[in-house]
Amino acid sequence: MAALVTRAGGARGRSRQWTALAFLAPLVIYLLIFYAYPLYRNIDLSVHDYTPRAFVQGDPEFTGPANYLDIVSDDTFLRALRNTALFTLGSIAAQYALGLGLAVFFHRHFRLSVVLRALFLVPWLLPLIVSASTWSWMLNSENGIVNSVLQAFGIGQINWLTSPDTSLLSVTIANIWLGIPFNLVILYAGLQNIPDDLYEAAGLDGANAWQRFWRITFPLLRPVSAITLLLGLIYTLKVVDIIWIMTKGGPADASTTLATWSYREAFGTGQPDFSPAAAVGNLLILIAFAAGLVHVRLQRKEANA
Amino acid sequence: MNRTSISARTAAVLALSALAAACSSAPQGGGGTATAEGGTTYTWWDPYPQHDASSAWAKRVDSCGKEAGVTIKRTAYDTTALTNQALLAGQEGNAPDVILLDNPAVSTLADAGMLTAMADFGLDTSRFDKNLIAAGELDGKTYGIPIGANTLALYYNKEILDDAGVDPDSIKDWASFGAALKKVKAAGKKPITFAGIGTEEGSFQFLPWFWGAGAQLTQLDSPQAVEALTLWTSWVKDGIAPNSVISNSQNTTWEEFLTGEFAFAENGTWQINSAAKAGFPTGIVQIPAKDGGTAPTPTGGEFITVPTQKDTKRYDVTKKILECMTTPEGLVETGTTFAYYIPSTAEGQEAILKKEPSLKPWVEAVRSAKGRTSDNLGTKYPKISEALWTGVQKALSGSASPADALKEAQTQAKQATGD
Repeated sequence: MAALVTRAGGARGRSRQWTALAFLAPLVIYLLIFYAYPLYRNIDLSVHDYTPRAFVQGDPEFTGPANYLDIVSDDTFLRALRNTALFTLGSIAAQYALGLGLAVFFHRHFRLSVVLRALFLVPWLLPLIVSASTWSWMLNSENGIVNSVLQAFGIGQINWLTSPDTSLLSVTIANIWLGIPFNLVILYAGLQNIPDDLYEAAGLDGANAWQRFWRITFPLLRPVSAITLLLGLIYTLKVVDIIWIMTKGGPADASTTLATWSYREAFGTGQPDFSPAAAVGNLLILIAFAAGLVHVRLQRKEANA
Repeated sequence: MNRTSISARTAAVLALSALAAACSSAPQGGGGTATAEGGTTYTWWDPYPQHDASSAWAKRVDSCGKEAGVTIKRTAYDTTALTNQALLAGQEGNAPDVILLDNPAVSTLADAGMLTAMADFGLDTSRFDKNLIAAGELDGKTYGIPIGANTLALYYNKEILDDAGVDPDSIKDWASFGAALKKVKAAGKKPITFAGIGTEEGSFQFLPWFWGAGAQLTQLDSPQAVEALTLWTSWVKDGIAPNSVISNSQNTTWEEFLTGEFAFAENGTWQINSAAKAGFPTGIVQIPAKDGGTAPTPTGGEFITVPTQKDTKRYDVTKKILECMTTPEGLVETGTTFAYYIPSTAEGQEAILKKEPSLKPWVEAVRSAKGRTSDNLGTKYPKISEALWTGVQKALSGSASPADALKEAQTQAKQATGD
């Protein structure tokens, strides 16, 4: 009798295990196909010399770290790294500040606040090709609306997209505009999770609006802020489309970031150079990964504290 | 926080970052080739997504299939996407029967070993113009035939030239052209616009001036090359050309010209119809060489290529399709369908001139044009071109002098081509 029970229990345990595996399988297969394999392929591309010929014939020469060394010693590298840092940090800082300001503003629930908030989401809903083209028309040196307004105030023509001094700034501004809604939505949701009685209590203690923001809103938003900034960082690091449409990374690399450089090597010229492109791509993965680890570490510290 | 959630977070972060960068660099997957069924369906790729299934072009492709006794399944891609799709299909061994390729890509794919030489299935290539078919040649073999050719010239706005007192026929060399531009500027109009964008289009537009000065693509920093780039740079600096030329594509340039504010625009054969419909009378002059005469302009246009097939019996029908596409009548039809392609054979050119005598200057321009991959540059051309357009961008935007920009370009080209 006892033996029978254990056997039945074992069978049930095993079938439970199978059920668990079956539930897990779709996710594991999905991760393998869409994450592990592309990542493996990217690394594979970057350690071989994939010329178009080798790509078709399937006999690339193994070059080890040669592509990475070439990339790092290329003149474009430092420039692209610097541009990536300026573009990414500039974008997320401004997006976050403006997004938070707007979120706090809309949190006050005044008339039309819902409509206005919806309007702020428009940049998010527009296809990127539309918004990027619109920005490049607005910033056109000769016929752009921005320059014609400036000229009305007596400021001379600024070559937003065609001068090496301003092209990076121009694409950053366009990207900030694109990123505000994302920050607004997430931070607004975070604000709604802050209990109202805290503000009420602070009000009774005589805290003014400024103090309430810095003492309650900002500290309590910290976890939401951290994830917003991290996601913003990753989204911004990989931006290709808006820069490509507006300046092609030009003039003369002035607005080339690591992501557009990688894209240009692979698809932007008449002859695809997949190997250096993949090497640059992998460097980007490392940067994003490092940022992610910092985030995890900070969170752990906070949880332990 | 417990361990599993930390590792889950790490995994999530890794996944996100992998996605972030993998998207930007991995080749786009899956070239959807429909493999032919039973040998009666032939696959055909071309870079003309603007011509859908009901277009005259699609019908022409169909009728050539019918004539050869098969059905053609046509798929259209964007020009750059087409090269990548072709490479992927070549890698997977399921390339289509026919690909229409932009001419600089022919030597790249031929070098990759995925194209069949025309001689290998007995197609006679001697009737095509030597200067045009040169772009399809690699190491003494011909890997493609041009279905037509286009090239560049200077469109002018006749009203502006008349007002400024400029006679287009007086433009013989750079000096007389410079004088004409100055007259236009003095009359208060914008003299010229062109496309100096940092892509192949930028090199394409610069080459007539580059070659017209006597420079060669093998030596980007020669004194002649510097003269050509100095000419362009001085136009931007002196307000002869707008600053937007640095980011102008050829289409944008054309839109600027159509506003009626510009006297000249450098543009191609494909704008003939649009020029005829412009709100002002237009004409064209050939791009002058520095010391007189017509500058060699680069040829544009697609080549019919035949990717290698495992089943070599398919080549017989493919040959029939190719011949149908390149009869004199066929070339004229293709030429007019595309508004405009100049036929690539002498017979075809005569036939189209009989039909439309006004195309004469364009036929002449095509005859004196030069392939970008010619001079045995082949697969080196795309790399040299990238260095060249980068140099042009540097000089035009003022971040380097023309001489310095070209010196850097030459170093970059040398490095990239491994010479």
